[in-house]
Amino acid sequence: MTFKSKLGGALLAAVMSATALQGAFAADDTIKIGVLHSLSGTMAISETTLKDVMLMLVEEQNKKGGVLGKKLEAVVVDPASDWPLFAEKARQLISKDKVAAVFGCWTSSSRKSVLPVFEELNSILFYPVQYEGEESSRNIFYTGAAPNQQAIPAVDYLAKEEGVKRWVLAGTDYVYPQTTNKILKAYLMSKGVAESDIMVNYTPFGHSDWQTIVSDIKKFGSAGKKTAVVSTINGDANVPFYKELGNQGIKAEDIPVVAFSVGEEELAGLDTKPLVGHLAAWNYFQSVDADVNAEFIKEWHAFTKNDKRVTNDPMEAAYIGFNAWVKAVEAAGTTNTDAVLDSIIGVSVPNLSGGTSTVMPNHHITKPVLIGEIQADGQFDIVQETAPVVGDEWSDYLPDSKNLISDWRKPMSCGNFNVATGKCGGKGS
Amino acid sequence: MTSKVAFRVLQSLGLLLCLMFSFAAPSFAQSDPKPLINALAKADFGEAEKLIGQLAATGDARLVPALNAFSEGDLYFRKSDNLVFIGKAAGSGYELIDPVTGASVGQAAKSAVTKIKINNSLRRVIRSAMGGLTLMSPDRGVRLQAADAVLRSPSAENLELLETAIAKETDREVKARMEEARAVSLLSSDRSVDEKRAAIQTIKNYGGRNAIGILMGASASLDPSLKGDVNAAIASIESGQRLWDMAQNVWYGLSLGSVLLLAAIGLAITFGVMGIINMAHGEMVMLGAYSTFVVQQVIRENAPGLFDWSLAIALPVAFLVTGAVGLVIERGVIRFLYGRPLETLLATWGVSLILQQTIRSIFGPTNQEVGNPSWMSGSFPVGGMTITWNRLWIIAFSLSIFVALLVVMKKSSFGLNMRAVTQNRRMASSMGIRTPWVDAFTFALGSGIAGIAGVALSQIDNVSPNLGQSYIIDSFMVVVFGGVGNLWGTLVGALSLGVLNKFLEPSVGAVLGKILVLVLIILFIQKRPRGLFALKGRAVDA
Repeated sequence: MTFKSKLGGALLAAVMSATALQGAFAADDTIKIGVLHSLSGTMAISETTLKDVMLMLVEEQNKKGGVLGKKLEAVVVDPASDWPLFAEKARQLISKDKVAAVFGCWTSSSRKSVLPVFEELNSILFYPVQYEGEESSRNIFYTGAAPNQQAIPAVDYLAKEEGVKRWVLAGTDYVYPQTTNKILKAYLMSKGVAESDIMVNYTPFGHSDWQTIVSDIKKFGSAGKKTAVVSTINGDANVPFYKELGNQGIKAEDIPVVAFSVGEEELAGLDTKPLVGHLAAWNYFQSVDADVNAEFIKEWHAFTKNDKRVTNDPMEAAYIGFNAWVKAVEAAGTTNTDAVLDSIIGVSVPNLSGGTSTVMPNHHITKPVLIGEIQADGQFDIVQETAPVVGDEWSDYLPDSKNLISDWRKPMSCGNFNVATGKCGGKGS
Repeated sequence: MTSKVAFRVLQSLGLLLCLMFSFAAPSFAQSDPKPLINALAKADFGEAEKLIGQLAATGDARLVPALNAFSEGDLYFRKSDNLVFIGKAAGSGYELIDPVTGASVGQAAKSAVTKIKINNSLRRVIRSAMGGLTLMSPDRGVRLQAADAVLRSPSAENLELLETAIAKETDREVKARMEEARAVSLLSSDRSVDEKRAAIQTIKNYGGRNAIGILMGASASLDPSLKGDVNAAIASIESGQRLWDMAQNVWYGLSLGSVLLLAAIGLAITFGVMGIINMAHGEMVMLGAYSTFVVQQVIRENAPGLFDWSLAIALPVAFLVTGAVGLVIERGVIRFLYGRPLETLLATWGVSLILQQTIRSIFGPTNQEVGNPSWMSGSFPVGGMTITWNRLWIIAFSLSIFVALLVVMKKSSFGLNMRAVTQNRRMASSMGIRTPWVDAFTFALGSGIAGIAGVALSQIDNVSPNLGQSYIIDSFMVVVFGGVGNLWGTLVGALSLGVLNKFLEPSVGAVLGKILVLVLIILFIQKRPRGLFALKGRAVDA
């Protein structure tokens, strides 16, 4: 039974991918790619921008002659910030529109919702947002930051440059902050921070009354040790949080806040003068001083016909993912999923901070970590830049995952190889 | 040649300034600080910290503007000669200002200068250095600020300076602050145990959270014989602080309650009085917030001087805009659905989605920046608690809306008509009241009030198309809990839910606190299905 159904599944998948392939070629000399970002609902605030970036990248690529001599065509769908709808729309993109690859999702919930679809229909997803790690799929490329490409360097910076001894880990109550904070707590304790010097706090989505929490942070910070807040607070909740910090007179010199979800786009809705000196950790800031970045910003302003539009880190991740895919398709000479999956590993493309990013066998990429301080004009002043870091999918600081590695090259082709037992499989299988 | 002359003039000017300020720091030699400042151009953070220390050690009060500019990120060096200037944005470039004399030395293009980088630890060092340099300023306000700065970033190096300043100080408040700063600085110095014991007493009398922080921080490095004093002082501050913490919590609760009241008060009319399950209520709040944004935008472009009045101007605008939208919704949709609550619920929900997407299409999905006027920013201390201005204003504002609404309902003829129609529609109609128009204007009034609430909420929350969604559940909760159809119930309901929430939050966390409040309300409704203040009499079943 199981053999038969497996065989059936494989057959089905083969047929599906064959038809997908055919579809991609059959359509009159265009290659379709899917753009799966919410254009309505709560996530529209962040995702609409990424849709625009994808359209811009496609347009630019077509100006250069497209891919494999064919024009690219973006198929845009709106999953409306609804996780099950993401899976439905992904299925539609792959089976009905026959796209060669999909660029999309924001939040781990949406990614986890589409993951089985991409594995079943054997297509490729590029996920452009920072996430908590602890996942590896043959069909997904994670071009956003893993915790070791964002959270851990940020904490290191605070400990070294600001002499922070006491930590508040404040986040929104869902999977990314929970996992990141678990990793950070384990990391801090491995560095000799006492448990009593770590305060973990979670708030609901869209939390808007921060009075108690900010005054708790103030209280926690008045223990005579240098204190900092590591914020994984998501989305809209940030604005009232920073407003309350400013109003209660917490200055960055006293208790700095380092955020992993606050970028140029989020600061655009905020008067940043009281926030000067608070920090964010990303792999890209609009203020990066590099020619390729200046070029990108210029294109972006021209494309959106608005020279006030800011650029941010997920845009860079989308840029890297798109260019890596183009390069891999050109190397493979086809958009066939299996061929692209083979050819993309090791592909190096320029990133926007002036270096190059390489797609690693674990489907993560290399990129430098930048720490920036918020400026009065809503931009970041980069105070530290590391050498390129390889994204680590299975955290070394969690007991469950420290023995796991992922390597999608043949012959290993395994997303959760346990180095202790020498077997493929384990958590997340 | 001319530049040389100019330099001479500047030099003599500088000398003059030196003489003028020399009373400030008589014991320090006056050397030229220029090379130190220029060295900042190529210094990394560590070196810059040392340079600031050396600058502070000159005791030269002329350096204050330069240091201030540095901490504000306004210090630049010219790429051609690595000289450091204060830069003021002027046109497309900067006006360069000499860091010591304050004289303008001309313009520079943006690409010709580089900003000198600064981070938080440098800002702290600068704050302390500036405090030291301005302790003896002739301006009382500046001295008070200086004492505060030294208090916040104490360093033993400022000790002698503080003592000189205290000896000269005549103003009582400034002197007290300086004494505190001296006590704090003394703890980290190598003074005698007895002096430190006295300092601990001073800090204890100063009180507050900061004092606890200072004492706990210092206790590790203090002489063991002082440990007892420190612990006693901390215990005494903490016991005094406990009551204040309680008061602070009540304040937070009232402030959250006033936000709930604001969000719910419009619904108390549309749902409470009229019985319409109005799912588009949140969007009325959102429209009010966007009206504020548009008003501010117009003011920013046309009359920046009026910015502090923007909220006062936005109030009537928001009321009229949302009132009109409410009127259209009532005439266009709701009037066909009276007596059919399920259809009303679905229809208004649809309206709410349409409004959201309309706003998203017009203004884009991202947050819009609504500025806080200066009188709504910052905070002030009351005893051991901090009160933020924006929260204070919002409490006052929500209470005044409540009173105004009460007056309209009880004293105006429109209010009388409204009550008559809700209590007995047919009788009211027989008396010549045009009930459909009363319905329409009642709904418009409720929507308009929601719009006003949006003006206030734009000050503490995001102005995005999703703004309304986060308030709709809370609003219904408040109205149902307070008692449908009763404004007083809404007031008491909102404030008590706020306070309850804030007392649960510290012990169980924000997530669980919210769930617990919901569970408590459900239990309460089981016991009293009509809420806190149930309407009695005929209206109940009408």
